Amino acid sequence: MSNVLANILGSSPVMPLERHIDIVYRCAKQLHDFLSAAIDGKWKKAAEVRAEIEALEHEADELKKEIRLHLPKSLFMPVPREDILELLLVQDKIANRAKDVSGLVLGRKMKIPDSIAEEFLEFVDRNIDAAKQARKSVRELDELFTAGFRGAEVELVSGLIEELDRIETDTDERQAALRASLFKIEGKLNPVDAVFMYQVINLIGEIADMAERVGRRLELLLSH
Amino acid sequence: MDAEIVYIVLAALFGGFMAWGIGANDVANAMATSVGSKALTIRQAIVVASIFEFLGAVLAGGAVTSTIRTGIVDSELLADSPELLIYGMLASLLAAAIWLLLSSRKGWPVSTTHSIVGALVGFGAVGIGIHAVHWNQVGTIVLSWIVSPILAGFIAYLIYSSVLWLILRQEDPLEKAKRYVPVYMFLAAFTITLVTILKGLSHVGLKFGTGESYMLAIAIALGIAIVGAIVIRRIKPDPKLEKKQHFYTVERVFGVLMVVTACGMAFAHGSNDVANAIGPLAAVVGVAQSGVVSARSAVPVWVLVLGGAGIVIGLATFGRHVIFTVGQKITQLTPSRGFAAEIAAASTIVIASGTGLPISTTHTLVGAVLGVGAARGIEAIDLRVVSRIIISWIITIPAGAFLAIVIFFILKTTLP
Repeated sequence: MSNVLANILGSSPVMPLERHIDIVYRCAKQLHDFLSAAIDGKWKKAAEVRAEIEALEHEADELKKEIRLHLPKSLFMPVPREDILELLLVQDKIANRAKDVSGLVLGRKMKIPDSIAEEFLEFVDRNIDAAKQARKSVRELDELFTAGFRGAEVELVSGLIEELDRIETDTDERQAALRASLFKIEGKLNPVDAVFMYQVINLIGEIADMAERVGRRLELLLSH
Repeated sequence: MDAEIVYIVLAALFGGFMAWGIGANDVANAMATSVGSKALTIRQAIVVASIFEFLGAVLAGGAVTSTIRTGIVDSELLADSPELLIYGMLASLLAAAIWLLLSSRKGWPVSTTHSIVGALVGFGAVGIGIHAVHWNQVGTIVLSWIVSPILAGFIAYLIYSSVLWLILRQEDPLEKAKRYVPVYMFLAAFTITLVTILKGLSHVGLKFGTGESYMLAIAIALGIAIVGAIVIRRIKPDPKLEKKQHFYTVERVFGVLMVVTACGMAFAHGSNDVANAIGPLAAVVGVAQSGVVSARSAVPVWVLVLGGAGIVIGLATFGRHVIFTVGQKITQLTPSRGFAAEIAAASTIVIASGTGLPISTTHTLVGAVLGVGAARGIEAIDLRVVSRIIISWIITIPAGAFLAIVIFFILKTTLP
């Protein structure tokens, strides 16, 4: 298209970024169904959900590559290009963690001890909440651009990020409690299984960590 | 005498074709934002553009047409051999058309105006002689090419900054939008109307005193603002498409304003660009009718009407598709951003038209968009295009001149 206006209004990364966080959240959300099936021993169902997680993580990766392709150095934006790329990177890690968790659990057909199953699932849900809050925050990006990164909209997003921090702190506390619960019963478990159980808990906790980092990256954009 | 008729018909055909091309390609720059942001449907856009491009061309296009006709090449020097002027005008038209076809195929952001002016300078300087060109005027024109995008950018920056401050950064942007957008509508309508009445209507024989002009402009603008306020009052927020700040509805409010600025942009575009197509025709007609072209004689209205009609036909046929396609690609220019760019560009262009300066409407609009971008209003601007535009400034004049010289000498040696 040789039209000057069409060429000069370069492809904006905003809507693609919002689509990306949506895909990433949907990917993380699958972990609830996946781990419920794992707890119940329904490995066929778990495998199906894992396939869904893989597909979503792949979709997120493809979109990430697309966005990077369309962000040449010559693009002039109200915020630094590097900050946008960093935000994208961190968002993508949420989906990566979800895939890692599901891969590990399915691969070992991990038996989650009944005594901690409920606490475990609540912990997973709280991490998914963190991802949801991250999504809510990133979806304000187009409104932030509209307001030129100042004013009432910034207040709104700051509030969302604060809430995200609270959720992440909550997951940290739950993680500590869950590890304590596991410690109490680890003697009864196969040692290898116990170690991998701790690892799974860590990996799940990283979902909220990544979500919190998304919040940090957004905050950096707000400070310009 | 028969030869003269042939030349007039040729000039009319080439000019008509140029006008068609302008309607097909350039009008999209004026109307695509409105269609892309759904402020207007494609059908409404065609109707609006047709009316206002035509009005702009006929009512306010005379001064710039006059400049193209006699302001660049000194036609009185050719009083003894008027057919040379005719060949030169035809050559310039052809040269500009060829250069535009070539550059659009290659995707270069070349300006119609720069092409025709370059061609005329080439024909004048080499075809006749260095002294045949009004170098003062050419200097002023080239200066205006640099000043107009910068001025439009500056105005757009100020306007968009005010929008950010008064509306978009506020707690309740929807309320503020409903309050202030009618004011913007008044200012937009007032500026375009005032400049046109004060400077642009002399070629149509309408003359108003300064006081009368202000009164008339205020009255018209007030009417438009009131109608706008009524339409805006009817807009209700749609909870399904909204987030807390109601920016979606805010943009719909600005959409009403965009209709006004789209009309202004179409009018401005017609007033400045019609000359690129029919300025040479006006020269040929002048020579054919009286053997000489006087800079003081008014441009015949039928010439302006032919240009306006050509633009309208171009935009209604091929232009439809271009407007739609471009509109899809520039969705970044939401109504709040688009209106700021358009009003800045339209005002600048109308001032230039009134002063008889042929400027590039496209590049002026680009300057305005960059101005909005400078106010942090655009998500992503591809700066490579800006450098391509600047390069096109440097290349177009020599290219147009060279083509015009070659074609002129071909015509001179082959025609009687």
